[in-house]
Amino acid sequence: MDILTRVLFTLLGLFIILNWGLLMTAIMRKLTAKVGRRVGIRWYQPWINLIKLYGKRNSISHGVMYQLGPVFRLLGGVGLVLFMPLIFGSEYFTNFSFTGDLVLIIYIKFFGMLGMALGAGEGGHPYSAVGVSRGLAQVTTVEVPFTLAVIALAVQYNTISIHEIVAAQQGGILNWTIFTNPVASAAALLSMLGIFMHSPFDLHTAPNEIPIGPPTEYHSAYLGLLRTNAAILHVIEAILFMNLFFGGANNWIELIIKTFFIYFFSVFVGVVSPRFRIDQSARWFLKVPLLLGIIAIILIL
Amino acid sequence: MAEDTKNNQNSDEKKVQETRDKFLKDYNKKRTTQSPDGQTIEVDPLKDYFSQDRPQRREPHGGVIEKFLNWARSESIWVLGFGTGCGSIEIPPLTTPRFDMFRFGVAMRPTPRQSSAIIISGYLSVKTLKRAIRSYEQMMQPKFVLALGSCTINGGMYWDSYNTINRLDYYMPVDVYVAGCMPRPEALLAGFNQLKKRIREGRAEGANKYADNFDWYKANQKQIIKDWNMPDHNW
Repeated sequence: MDILTRVLFTLLGLFIILNWGLLMTAIMRKLTAKVGRRVGIRWYQPWINLIKLYGKRNSISHGVMYQLGPVFRLLGGVGLVLFMPLIFGSEYFTNFSFTGDLVLIIYIKFFGMLGMALGAGEGGHPYSAVGVSRGLAQVTTVEVPFTLAVIALAVQYNTISIHEIVAAQQGGILNWTIFTNPVASAAALLSMLGIFMHSPFDLHTAPNEIPIGPPTEYHSAYLGLLRTNAAILHVIEAILFMNLFFGGANNWIELIIKTFFIYFFSVFVGVVSPRFRIDQSARWFLKVPLLLGIIAIILIL
Repeated sequence: MAEDTKNNQNSDEKKVQETRDKFLKDYNKKRTTQSPDGQTIEVDPLKDYFSQDRPQRREPHGGVIEKFLNWARSESIWVLGFGTGCGSIEIPPLTTPRFDMFRFGVAMRPTPRQSSAIIISGYLSVKTLKRAIRSYEQMMQPKFVLALGSCTINGGMYWDSYNTINRLDYYMPVDVYVAGCMPRPEALLAGFNQLKKRIREGRAEGANKYADNFDWYKANQKQIIKDWNMPDHNW
């Protein structure tokens, strides 16, 4: 397959992922509204919000890094899509995945957040700085158990290629990592709550305390980019967990069903949990998931 | 100039400048300071840290594109969480199951940068007017103003008060008035629907009106705000 076809199919995958992400955002908002006995937003509200943000007539800048922040963040989301095999066994939707893509993906996952931190820092709003420091502190503690779980998986399957990890899980539900290596899966799925950053781990944007944290100064098209990226990121991170622990997907329908349940696991936890303070959440991640991660490593050696 | 004569005490431009210098905070005053490298530099915070550019008129695209964008704007109204006076207590119920403004595409935003509408919810004291103006000017165009309660129309029961303004549209361009003392949340929802209608018709060009008549609005504002210690325009 030549490079142009590959790029076109990657863009098609990106388009599907973006729209599915926006729809999932709407469903999530609708669900939280139903828990509060409200009607909630219309299902097409995220699209309207995006159009409105991109259609704003002016925007201001606080400097070069401020403008690059959302771009870096989007690069984090799009970069994940670029190197993530979406559909197992499909020639068209393996994107640009290669042997060793797992390490690159774990790196890119952090990259967008750092770009955002730099951009929000130049915005100069004190709440941005508070949000960034909280977010980075939490993400650091989340990454430790998650990385331990991924290392356990790499040792178990003797590969750092996502495609090969998915291939090893084919042939029945009992071959999924969540059944063959439940300890590592538990560590990763608990740290997933911190990766999706819903309540109880949403202190970095805490809407009632530090208005909305890092994006306080972002507006117009900048905010549009951030929202676009958030939609992509939710789906692609769910796809990462699907590939690593739930046997990948053989077609788009399977992908949509699996990502829905993976993402909404964190939403369901969120709607019934109050928010943790940052010291509580950091301590929680360094207790249960980290312990499970270490046990997973010890078991696999 | 506004006919709001009861508060028009500082009509003299020189006097305005004097009071402005008097009320300017120390950290906003022009001064020379020592840089970390040992050089002596002059700092004028109002010029260096804030943009004093006048607001620019932003032309609509026109045609089908503008109609489509106006539809999107009307269906996604983000309101600045800014409460003045007694009307601010009428806004929280809108997020509850009974009224639920999210159905209409209305949501609250905590920062003026991301908001497209500001609700002046009741009487506006001179102190709060200053903050309202700063917040309004920091919002991105197009932006809308919704005035709640009779205090914003003619002063209402605070008509002869010494520290509230009487007519809001001397100080910022109002799109929709919701009359009453106090209007119930239903009235506010009706006001939102009126605002949507206005946006879709392309008549909600308050930001452009503010840019066109900037000097008039500024003169009115400076007459009321005696301790003017901020830049003339906050982008």
